[in-house]
Amino acid sequence: MAAVGAAAVVWPLINQMSPDASTLAMASTEVDIGSIPVGQIVTIKWRGKPVFISHRSPKEIEEAQNVDLATLKDPQPDSARVKKPEWLIVIGVCTHLGCIPLGHQGEYNGWFCPCHGSVYDTSGRIRKGPAPLNLVVPEYSFLTDTKVKIG
Amino acid sequence: MHGHSTFEPKNGFVKWLEARLPILSFSHESFVAYPTPKNLNYWWTFGAILSFMLVAQIVTGVVLAMHYTAESTMAFDAVEKIMRDVNWGWMLRYAHSNGASMFFFAVYIHMFRGIYYGSYKAPREVLWILGVIIFLLMMATGFMGYVLPWGQMSFWGATVITNLFSAIPFVGDQITVWLWGGYSVGNPTLNRFYALHYLLPFVIAAVVGLHVWALHVVGQGNPDGVEIKDIKKDSVPFTPHATMKDAFGIAVFLLIFAWLIFFVPNYLGDADNYIPANPMKTPAHIVPEWYFLPFYAILRSIPNKLAGVIAMFAAIALLAFLPWLDTSKVRSGKYRPLFKIFFWIFAATSIGLGYLGAMPPEGGYVLAARILGVMYFAFFLVILPVLGLVEKTKPVPATIADAVLAKH
Repeated sequence: MAAVGAAAVVWPLINQMSPDASTLAMASTEVDIGSIPVGQIVTIKWRGKPVFISHRSPKEIEEAQNVDLATLKDPQPDSARVKKPEWLIVIGVCTHLGCIPLGHQGEYNGWFCPCHGSVYDTSGRIRKGPAPLNLVVPEYSFLTDTKVKIG
Repeated sequence: MHGHSTFEPKNGFVKWLEARLPILSFSHESFVAYPTPKNLNYWWTFGAILSFMLVAQIVTGVVLAMHYTAESTMAFDAVEKIMRDVNWGWMLRYAHSNGASMFFFAVYIHMFRGIYYGSYKAPREVLWILGVIIFLLMMATGFMGYVLPWGQMSFWGATVITNLFSAIPFVGDQITVWLWGGYSVGNPTLNRFYALHYLLPFVIAAVVGLHVWALHVVGQGNPDGVEIKDIKKDSVPFTPHATMKDAFGIAVFLLIFAWLIFFVPNYLGDADNYIPANPMKTPAHIVPEWYFLPFYAILRSIPNKLAGVIAMFAAIALLAFLPWLDTSKVRSGKYRPLFKIFFWIFAATSIGLGYLGAMPPEGGYVLAARILGVMYFAFFLVILPVLGLVEKTKPVPATIADAVLAKH
């Protein structure tokens, strides 16, 4: 009984730190991708975080697809990370310690994180460095050919 | 410990107060009659210097708080307003930001002194562990304080450090969201860091109280590592001897502090922190304040996130186990010829890690950090336990008086 009482008192004191109602209510974002030329990465803001929308060139798509999955730290085929091969949409937060990786940099011409040297490929998969996981693919859907809804 | 003199009130009011709250006799015992080993050197003045710095940080911090706004759209401007508009604001802020550096500088000397002279050995284990707790609290306070100006380094430093918790298996991501109060570092994070940055110095003050209490129970250590046996022969009263020596130490320390404040106030800072926080752009090269660099180098040198985080925290936590890792019966490094060599290698290793923590995480720097990281841990886990068993120590003087007289 006493433990339940103590927990009931402590819980509000702890839980007050979690995201509040206004933060949770933040809506999804719609982006017009029609104006993004091939080979360019556009960064948009979603839930206070950057999201990379990469309009991949045929060469980048090929590099992303022709990888021996056994060599990957977090094995995932490129097809599981995109809905349409020319569009890669990932959350632009390094899975190591949360920095924003720089696009079109690093050995695999994907992303390079300047903080601790993690290298991602053109599919946003971790290839080198301390990050444990691939860049996260957010929930998204194509509303039309040129409109994407993230979240 | 019995002191050099006893407090005998003559004044009527003092007698009245003594019967109700013996605070004056307590202060007399603790800071006047308290027996101080005769052989202390200037490395022993850093306790007083640290007490001074704690007070200085609290005083400058409280007045800065009167002008600061902990809101993510206003914080950066509030700090610039302090710098430009508030009377003496520039001086108070430079004193506070450089004060943090001087505080850490002093605490590192204090800790290295403790390691060199075996200050953590029985019966001073609790005294030492309280010190490690103070160090941890200082790190938390310093980190959160650095976030408050809400510049680029503030923001990205906060992002990197809070993300350390995301390495915890299973619940890591939930814990970081809970720490942030959102999906990334933002206004709620700034607000709670401000609340805690104001709170923790007073927690530090309380633990310092325990640290001094423990010190006064077991007595001060000293360069020869032998306990006071005869108060008259081995020790001098705290006042005036230690008081004056500490005051001189503080004065010299203040010279360096004043030089930083008035001549090179931004020398230890990072220029990027004068750019307002931008959640969409990471600075090319994130570096923490210099006093975190050795631990940061250890974190970065390990190519596995969880292992890196564990290694970094272990590098600090190991300090608490020093009393048991060091197996030597001889307390002071002065009488341990092999330990002396390894101590200086350890000191150089720590400084080397600090240098590497400031360098970009690539190529030879990562390799060097790995080598030095292994050396850092080896000092605690291999050298200290083994050395106590194999080292041939020099004869230790019987008393402090003997040690002092042998020099003359």
